[in-house]
Amino acid sequence: MNELLVVSLLSGAILSGTPLLYATLSEVIGERAGIINLGLEGVMLVGAVVGFAVTVKTGNHALGIMGAALAGALFNMIFAFMVLTRRANQLASGLALMFCGVGLSALIGAPFIGSRIEGLAAIRIPLLSDLPFFGRAFFQHDILVYLAIPAAVALWWFLFRTRWGLGLRAVGENPTAAYAAGRQPLLLQYQVLFIAGLLGGIAGAHLSLALAHTWAEWMTAGRGFFAVALVIFSKWHPLRAIAGALLFGGAISLQLQMQALGVPVSSFILDMLPYVLSLAVLALWGGARRSAVPGSLGRVFQGTE
Amino acid sequence: MGKAAGIAEAFRHRRVAAIVRFGGLFGLALVMFALVLLVFGQNPLRAYVDIFRATLGSAYGFSEVLVKMIPLVLTALAVAIPSRIWLINVGGEGQLFIGALFATWGAVTFNGQSAWLLLPLIAVLGFTGGGLWALISGFMRARGWASETISTLLMNYVAILLVSFFVFGPWKDPESANYPQSAPFPDAAILPFFPGSRVHLGALLAIAGLLIFHFVMSRTRWGLEMRAIGVNAEAARRNGISTHRYMLLVMFIGGGMAGLAGMGEVSAIHGQLRPSLSPGLGYAGFLISWITMGNPLGIVAAAFLISIITAGGDILQMTHRIPAAAIHILMALVLFVVLARRSGRKGGK
Amino acid sequence: MNPTPFLSFRGITKSFPAVLANDHIDLDLYGGEIHALLGENGAGKSTLMKILYGFYQADAGEIRVNGQPADIRSPRDARSHRIGMVFQDFVLIPALTVAENIALFLNDLPFVLDRASICKRIEGISERYSLPVDPGAPVWQLSVGERQKVELLKLLLADTRILILDEPTRSLAPHEAAGLFRILGNLRQDGFAITIITHKIREVLECADRITVMRRGRIAGTLPRADATEGDLVALMFGKAVAESPRRQSASPARDSAPLFELRGVSTEPEGTGLGLKAINLTIGSGQIVGVAGVSGNGQRELGDVVLGMERCSQGTKYLDGVDATRWSVARMRGSGTAFIPEDPLGMAAFPWLSVQENMAMADTARYARQGGLSMDWTRVRSDLQASLQRLGFSIPPVYVPLGTLSGGNIQRMILAREMAHDPRLIIAFYPTRGLDVQSAVAAREVLLASRDAGAGILLISEDLDELFALSDRLVVMRRGEIAAEGTPQNLTVRQVGYLMTGSTGEEAKRG
Repeated sequence: MNELLVVSLLSGAILSGTPLLYATLSEVIGERAGIINLGLEGVMLVGAVVGFAVTVKTGNHALGIMGAALAGALFNMIFAFMVLTRRANQLASGLALMFCGVGLSALIGAPFIGSRIEGLAAIRIPLLSDLPFFGRAFFQHDILVYLAIPAAVALWWFLFRTRWGLGLRAVGENPTAAYAAGRQPLLLQYQVLFIAGLLGGIAGAHLSLALAHTWAEWMTAGRGFFAVALVIFSKWHPLRAIAGALLFGGAISLQLQMQALGVPVSSFILDMLPYVLSLAVLALWGGARRSAVPGSLGRVFQGTE
Repeated sequence: MGKAAGIAEAFRHRRVAAIVRFGGLFGLALVMFALVLLVFGQNPLRAYVDIFRATLGSAYGFSEVLVKMIPLVLTALAVAIPSRIWLINVGGEGQLFIGALFATWGAVTFNGQSAWLLLPLIAVLGFTGGGLWALISGFMRARGWASETISTLLMNYVAILLVSFFVFGPWKDPESANYPQSAPFPDAAILPFFPGSRVHLGALLAIAGLLIFHFVMSRTRWGLEMRAIGVNAEAARRNGISTHRYMLLVMFIGGGMAGLAGMGEVSAIHGQLRPSLSPGLGYAGFLISWITMGNPLGIVAAAFLISIITAGGDILQMTHRIPAAAIHILMALVLFVVLARRSGRKGGK
Repeated sequence: MNPTPFLSFRGITKSFPAVLANDHIDLDLYGGEIHALLGENGAGKSTLMKILYGFYQADAGEIRVNGQPADIRSPRDARSHRIGMVFQDFVLIPALTVAENIALFLNDLPFVLDRASICKRIEGISERYSLPVDPGAPVWQLSVGERQKVELLKLLLADTRILILDEPTRSLAPHEAAGLFRILGNLRQDGFAITIITHKIREVLECADRITVMRRGRIAGTLPRADATEGDLVALMFGKAVAESPRRQSASPARDSAPLFELRGVSTEPEGTGLGLKAINLTIGSGQIVGVAGVSGNGQRELGDVVLGMERCSQGTKYLDGVDATRWSVARMRGSGTAFIPEDPLGMAAFPWLSVQENMAMADTARYARQGGLSMDWTRVRSDLQASLQRLGFSIPPVYVPLGTLSGGNIQRMILAREMAHDPRLIIAFYPTRGLDVQSAVAAREVLLASRDAGAGILLISEDLDELFALSDRLVVMRRGEIAAEGTPQNLTVRQVGYLMTGSTGEEAKRG
């Protein structure tokens, strides 16, 4: 009984942590290039609804995921146009993108309310999934779970081992210096926001396809904002984001388990847990963040003249 | 004197130009939203006509627009006041809920007192509740712990959960079958209405809020100091102005405004506390404040438009079977065109 | 010398709102030559070089590289013509390492970066031109001189042939500057075309082969080094009527005065990438100017902030008039008669969107408040402002316009007038004459001296050793957040102070 509880807690943490990890990676890469995107919530919603709609129509999960990623990326281009080409305030543009995502996803999703789909299939890793304890906790998940950590590692490699990643970090620290070095900050930032949109869309798709199996308005319930807090917790580092996403996934999983067990605490109080945890993370890591925060975060390259 | 007249003249021209520009931008957003509706197989013209007829086509419709404007002006002030020193308060929604929560506590606990006592009491409680809720974010910001933007956003969710906790749990009205709502307010705790409409006393609070805000910002020492912080916070600190103290102050007062909005809604419109208290009034207030850059007259004009748009959301849902949330797209488009237009000026940091 | 110039400017013209920065500039740069571009602040030198580097576009005129017209629209284009620039404020990224900063600049690297080979290339060039650096060190740990070496390495590795250095010695001690000139001499031997932009005549005479003087956006003249004298250059730079700054000696050197302000063992926590103060002891007497010398970034800013109360002392105590003022707020320090003239008036003291009179009122909002703050006494603000401007001999700008619409020099005059308006007793002055024209600089110095004579204590922080020696009654040298030495202008030499600033251990560096 007790072991079963721990297994479902762990397995739940991984499952709930996965969309958070994709979302956090999306925010990490954007902020490394100097752009803070509060519209991630909207991007995730668009990804969630498009992924769900495509899957319902085609019955193919892979197409759904690809559709979600692409929709997220294209949707994020609105934000990119606002903050890069129009040089609008990033925080306000991000919030506008969030509203837009809430509305657009509701509009797209209206015909699909009440539909249910087969969840994203779990892939049992041969041999490992038969292990007594770890098997169920770690090796009976869907494809997006297995790809999440490789995605974090790949992002780390691109950021710290390639010319492109170096240029990206330079733009986030000081776009004028990067420009003086012959890089094109705006082009790089457009690329980054496209990739961030792909990741945000996938995060949304995992919510609707693997966790909920349905579509509901505003189903992300603030997960896009958790990701913003998690970026600070992970000190803008993709690998630390893995730990952060698991911690938050654990909090969500714990809350679900306690409700399932009928712990005599109001479910509304338990629901507050991830939000309060986000605030605590901000407060505890916020003070120390000055050393790691990209130098030019929130400002946009204004040109030189 | 001639000089003063010249300045006044230039000011009028600028104001006319601003109104024209604002109208143009709003029109652009309407066109873009029409395209979205077209893509989703709706007739945008019919939708706009329906919205117009239901809001401005009758005296009742018009008075309902005014009713919706009351909380919008207050939540816009909740954003506009902190924005004077570049604090971005996205927590109007949560502050509104906590204001309503405090007011409900007062109304239910002091049931039986006279209106003369009860109304000021719930107003003060609503203001204090919203203010304290915002103060938490202000404190975190002043200590350098967390950006107020993200903390106010997260606190919105917590606030709504907190209200849900009370109305599903300890405060649940035993007489309402299974609805999650508090006991109804006593009559003495319901804000009086203007005859023949649902426009309530909160309108006076909103107008007073606007006037005081304008007066403080343009005339007083504190307004001067806040404008100075808004222009150059470092220079302000070097001139001996405590930016931290102002951070706490503007967040408290801003949150208090949203709290008043919550008090007005729960007392005059709903008559009891419900989790469905606000259809995103706090977020709409954010939008209003941003597109007007906190200009008091602009707030009134924009609140009027947004009030029509939000009413439009319900109409779209009823007559066109479009989810009410779709109206968020129109709000976002308005914000987008305004933000895109106002490029090149210094950012919020 | 090559017959065709590496680079020619023909008729370059560039105007900004209200300023004609470059007016039909013709200029040739040759390989194997160090060319100096000399002129006052605002003469148009930097604008010209920024046009060359693609930061600005010229309104008219043409740039030719090796005789061919070149269309330079971005730094990328400039680099493809093998033009490189070392900026006044280095464009290195502090959070990245030396190797990463250099790799960022190189175009020929593969997509996947190989650190070892990059480091090897860096070491190759750094040995050849004796520019030693550690490729793995993060740039924020480097000193100003080291950063400059990284900038040069970057350009050399990128195969630059035309090197432009904007005010390269601004933050260098005299012997560091001499080292730089040696390196530039070696580069000249290898055929590089080198241009240095500066306003220091002595340096130009020390290192340049040819000197072009700019004044008010035009070329005032070009001289070979052999024909140039200090007098010629001064005449070209300033025109005929030069108002030479009065080199007034201290009225009564190092007089014994009552201590007005005192720091005892004050330390601060380092913030971000800055450094903290370590056990500072400093006394400012009334009627005394204490000069602080040091390479910028060695704790001067922190020192000023501690005195003003912007930064908290983690240890030690602070006294004003013998009263413990350690925990006083900025408002209380200012209320007790402290004035602050910052290093960057526009960024640290001015409110560009507020009107001129509103800026004036910020000096002391409590003083001008009426009815407890419900309104402001603008008449008094204006009369105080006028009185202060008149005392300084500055003209009176319109008071209702936003401060930001005034020129940079006028903003600085405004700030100076505001800070000096209420007869401050303690003045913290950072580079009070930087960016001012000659007349205004003279006026600003006069005012400081007059306040000193009237009994004010002044903390004067500057990089201009000549100014410090001319004005100070006592001198302290700061290095790495500590006071490295103390003395008077009489018992220290400029050269000694230069060594002390950089911490060299020469025989001369022994305290005099």
